[in-house]
Amino acid sequence: MCWVTIRAPDGLASGVVPGTVQSIERAAAILRVVAGSGGRLGVTDIAAAVGLAKTTAHSLLRTLLSVGFVEQDPATGRYALGPGLLRLGTPLDVNELRARSSNWADALAARSGHAVRLATLAGADVVVVHHVFRPDDSAQVLEVGTTLPARSTALGKVLLAYAPAPPAELAEVRTQGWAAERGEQEPSTGSIAAPVRAAGGLVTAALGVSGPLTSLFDGRGVPRSLLLAMVVDAAHAVSRELGHVSA
Amino acid sequence: MPDRYVLAVDQGTTSTRSLVFDRGGRMVAVRQREHHQYFPRPGWVEHDPMEIWANTQRTAAQVLGDVPDAGDVVALGIANQRETTVVWDRVTGRPVTRALVWQDTRTADLVTELAARPDAGLVAERSGMAIAGYFSGPRLRWILDHVPRARERAERGELLFGTMETWLIWNLTGGPDGGVHVTDVTNASRTLLMDVRSCRWDPDLLAFFDIPAEMLPEIRPSVGILGRATALNRALPIAGALGDQQAALFGQACFAPGEAKCTYGTGSFLLQNTGTELVRTRSGSISTVAYQLAGEAPRYALEGSVAVAGALVQWLRDGLGLIGSAAEVETLARTVADNGGCYVVPAFSGLLAPHWRGEARGLVAGLTSYVTKGHLARAVLEATGWQTRDVVQAMAADSGLSLPALRVDGGMTTNNLLMQFVADALDTPVVRPMVGETVSLGAAYAAGLAVGVWSDVEALRRNWHRSAQWTPTPERAQALTAEYRCWERAVELSIAWGAP
Repeated sequence: MCWVTIRAPDGLASGVVPGTVQSIERAAAILRVVAGSGGRLGVTDIAAAVGLAKTTAHSLLRTLLSVGFVEQDPATGRYALGPGLLRLGTPLDVNELRARSSNWADALAARSGHAVRLATLAGADVVVVHHVFRPDDSAQVLEVGTTLPARSTALGKVLLAYAPAPPAELAEVRTQGWAAERGEQEPSTGSIAAPVRAAGGLVTAALGVSGPLTSLFDGRGVPRSLLLAMVVDAAHAVSRELGHVSA
Repeated sequence: MPDRYVLAVDQGTTSTRSLVFDRGGRMVAVRQREHHQYFPRPGWVEHDPMEIWANTQRTAAQVLGDVPDAGDVVALGIANQRETTVVWDRVTGRPVTRALVWQDTRTADLVTELAARPDAGLVAERSGMAIAGYFSGPRLRWILDHVPRARERAERGELLFGTMETWLIWNLTGGPDGGVHVTDVTNASRTLLMDVRSCRWDPDLLAFFDIPAEMLPEIRPSVGILGRATALNRALPIAGALGDQQAALFGQACFAPGEAKCTYGTGSFLLQNTGTELVRTRSGSISTVAYQLAGEAPRYALEGSVAVAGALVQWLRDGLGLIGSAAEVETLARTVADNGGCYVVPAFSGLLAPHWRGEARGLVAGLTSYVTKGHLARAVLEATGWQTRDVVQAMAADSGLSLPALRVDGGMTTNNLLMQFVADALDTPVVRPMVGETVSLGAAYAAGLAVGVWSDVEALRRNWHRSAQWTPTPERAQALTAEYRCWERAVELSIAWGAP
């Protein structure tokens, strides 16, 4: 194995520690170079600065571009730090989340015939960020901003399952990629939800449908397959909209 | 029986989109391509008609490839950016100049000159609209005056005029090789050249603007067969065409007098159906044709156009850098409980409906050291709500029709704070439909109705479903009536500020 020594732009040589992940170290070195360059360097200069082959530097830069950590000037091809870096540590703005998910949430409601909600986690509760009415023109009240107990909703189960230290009983939610709730909020209604991931893969929200138990589940309590596929697909579509590239 | 689909082309200001809708009015596929914006001089805005035609062909072919069986697509409908003007050679099919876009202000001097003529009252009397550079007739006149030999060639019948739907239909139906030269009545009503009652080109208006009749397209109903699109990978009947805002009215299923929609984009466009009655306006709204079904009388609408709505939020983002994205304006606005006494009048280049004061300039009123960026964000959102109230009040004064509810669409409708504010400011419920693509849906509805995909407008009405509703709160509505007076004063000040 050939270890490269990476030169940081401030002139400090950072030797490579065995046992660390090489590509992350390389990416970090590239980010330092890009940050120090003020957006004036193209791939050739960046590769030279970190002592990497141009093709290697290029593929690292493409990856950093895809997660939003760098951005590229389309005219000159030069790289600068991306908005994704600046947003690290600040959760995605909920109003931004609503604007970006709106078309997919509408389509899910129109196709499934059920009410749709998008929610984020707030402690032991979920907060409804977006709500699309059940498309039957009956009287319904917009629930944006209201909170629901996380443990007894499909939205909450998804968000808890992907949170740090998830409860053991929700392990299967991560395995199957969705959660269901049957009559835990109200006796004859239930819900199905799937995770929404932001760029980088972090689960930031859950998207789901709710409605009568009989139309959501079959006689054995299994989610109806067509409906489940719609929910999972819509959650994927919103994730793509947020910049998540699925594996 | 297999499902039947309708193709819609939405030829907009920044892009051309092709979409396919099913019988439930649900979008099943979409393709989009942007075109270049040319700004050759300050105030001039141009598009390349050949590029737009190429984008139309390309996106339509792509979207027809996206649906499992293109054989199930049975008709094509077109919605287009309004008032954008194209003149081309009927033999070569080449435009004589780039299209003059609806935002282009080069006809200002020409319009001032024409409006000063003693017989200028004829324009409003016949066309239903006051003479203004906003409409396509003066743009056509500008081309005839400024493009070398254009006038003599037009008089010899060598040149054709059209708005975007006319240009696309002519090309779709064969172009120089037998292309059909038609316009729909809603687009024709935006030229200032059409008699708004008879829906025919008016000889006196043509004389007033000095336009040769030879170059004008035939005026047709919005809903009905216009020609056969042979230039696509699959030949389809072109069965509907509408200007984009009229298409949105149609897509929102506003078929009864009083029903109204408002599209919140860069600007905002509110149209209210007034039925078969043409309302003579005195309060600053425009009378326009809403749509016409083949064999029926035209339906009319009142229209209120506001130049700056979402553009003000963009200014907060790009001009002031207070927010990172347009949606974050709501987050910033919710950091405070009210506007802190602050009002923003976004008269960036004058005020359109209902004021029509080109000289007005924007202002921020009520600044004190108490006002934070949160208050400013609230004032920015409220400006769009207040302007909606301005327009709705003017329309109510003109038509006497009450507004049962306002149907909304466009990007700003995901902003809950704004939508609730509009409901409170109007003291009227605000409802958002399940399908946000109302412009293209309206074009699809028009075409599908003509070929029998839907039996009548009632079938279309049944497709309309509410995705959200904002209900006015009585106390808030009452409080806002008092605040509205402050907004009106701010508007008066913005007009006074810009006065020469």
